[in-house]
Amino acid sequence: MSDKKLTPLKNFTKGILAENPVLRLVLGTCPALAVTTTGKNGLGMGLAATFVLLGSNIVISLLRNVIPNKVRIPSFIVIIAGFVSIVQMLMKAYLQDLDRSLGIFIPLIVVNCIILARAEMFASKNSVLPSMIDALGMGAGFTAALVLMGSIREILGNGSFFDLSLPVLRSGGVIEPILIFILPPGGFFVFGILIALSQKLTQKLDKNAARKELKISCGMCKGCEAADNCSEKEG
Amino acid sequence: MNLKVSSSPHIRAFGTTGRVMLNVIAALIPALGVSTYFFGLRVLVVVSVTIASCVIFEYISRKIMKRDNTITDLSAVVTGLLLAFTLSPATPLWICVLGAFVAIVVAKQMFGGIGNNFVNPAILARIVLAVSFPVQIGSWKIASAPGAALSNFADSVSGADLISSATPLGMLASGSTELPTYLELFLGNRAGSLGEVSVIALLLGGIYLIARGLIKIWIPISFCIGTVIIVLLSGGDPMYHLISGGLILGAFFMATDYVTSPLTNPGKIIFGLGCGLITGLIRIYGNLPEGVAFSILIMNIVTPHIDKLTIPVPFGGGKKHAKQKA
Repeated sequence: MSDKKLTPLKNFTKGILAENPVLRLVLGTCPALAVTTTGKNGLGMGLAATFVLLGSNIVISLLRNVIPNKVRIPSFIVIIAGFVSIVQMLMKAYLQDLDRSLGIFIPLIVVNCIILARAEMFASKNSVLPSMIDALGMGAGFTAALVLMGSIREILGNGSFFDLSLPVLRSGGVIEPILIFILPPGGFFVFGILIALSQKLTQKLDKNAARKELKISCGMCKGCEAADNCSEKEG
Repeated sequence: MNLKVSSSPHIRAFGTTGRVMLNVIAALIPALGVSTYFFGLRVLVVVSVTIASCVIFEYISRKIMKRDNTITDLSAVVTGLLLAFTLSPATPLWICVLGAFVAIVVAKQMFGGIGNNFVNPAILARIVLAVSFPVQIGSWKIASAPGAALSNFADSVSGADLISSATPLGMLASGSTELPTYLELFLGNRAGSLGEVSVIALLLGGIYLIARGLIKIWIPISFCIGTVIIVLLSGGDPMYHLISGGLILGAFFMATDYVTSPLTNPGKIIFGLGCGLITGLIRIYGNLPEGVAFSILIMNIVTPHIDKLTIPVPFGGGKKHAKQKA
């Protein structure tokens, strides 16, 4: 990673799939499991965390040469806490319903691993623009994972999608809501299955990427037994 | 003279998975028969739906995961049968299919198939269903009179002639005075999940398995002892607790699953006692009338640790010798 030049596009997309904070790095699992009982909650939580992540990444990146190394973690936390307070006040003012359903998990963004991890691993070592893109990519990945989990759990566990009732999955439909999905064990089931699927998906992508790289001949044709049948044979 | 020289082992055993599973199925047949007598043909409908969907899910998931197919070892059939045994005869059929999905795909194949499941698939499915559909799973039925459920074919298949009734443990929990007699509990004329009702038929199957050497007696015995200890301490009726609910079914057929129970005899006794104690505690002090499924699930998860603690010392091994070696 460090030896390759990180293009802005790659920097953004890595947060969504290859290094998805929830499904690949397994960070921030506490809100991911607790608030994703509906798609709306997942979206709200994801956007709130993205806002904090963006703000803290910008400020930390700007201050990266000012913050002394020994007290960097407390400094990061103070900056993050500032942005969390902003989010909390904004939500209390304009999105009371969402604030009520997310409850304690909004103030807890302060100790969300994703935000601290990006501050420590990325923002404190890179300039402002890449840090912003990193924050947006990670935020998008976090939001996408939460919305996905929330939607699956809401559809199967409550028979609705973003508060829109699905009559097929309601009482009297084809099947009735499967209650366990909106209970904690269902959260773990969905989480585990999504991690397994994303693992499979990235493995496939890695394999394709590796195959593409191999096309640039391995340069060992001399003395290679399979050289005759090799499509990348030199000359 | 032509002498064949081959290396050991020379004795070929026939203890294949398929044969073990076939014996388990045979041991469950008496209970299935009694259940059909009391609840009608609806029992056979539920059982065939769970077995068929278990086998189909096993086939499809092995195919998708590109693994060898294992439906011929009959383990999916046993899982389907045991799952049906834990359900009420009035369970809607789509719930049975969903249970089969949880048992085979989630609990078994996602962890690598037979031999790799960390909990008993039928138990996990039963608990997922009980948590998800408390109303449908808890709708216990009983026939108006013994044998009456078989009198009318159409009603018998749909289960329409069954009357709602509380389970014996439910009655006990709610303080009802009209409890079924010991004889009724023993024969199976009572409300409950379709496989658990007839204690005598289950004991027959259990004794068959023990006589064939397929299961050891340690888990069932210590399971019963564990429950009796709690019931005696709380001043209850131990006999009533032993023969009502799913204790006998769980102790003989579910807790003894090879994959999810300890290997050594001391380990099996710890496992069974744990199951029994948790069952007793849930029944008497818990919110639910029945706790067999939860107790087995909890002990399944603890099994690797029990195995680690009760690992036998090899001859000539042990701590003292390990120290000398070092």
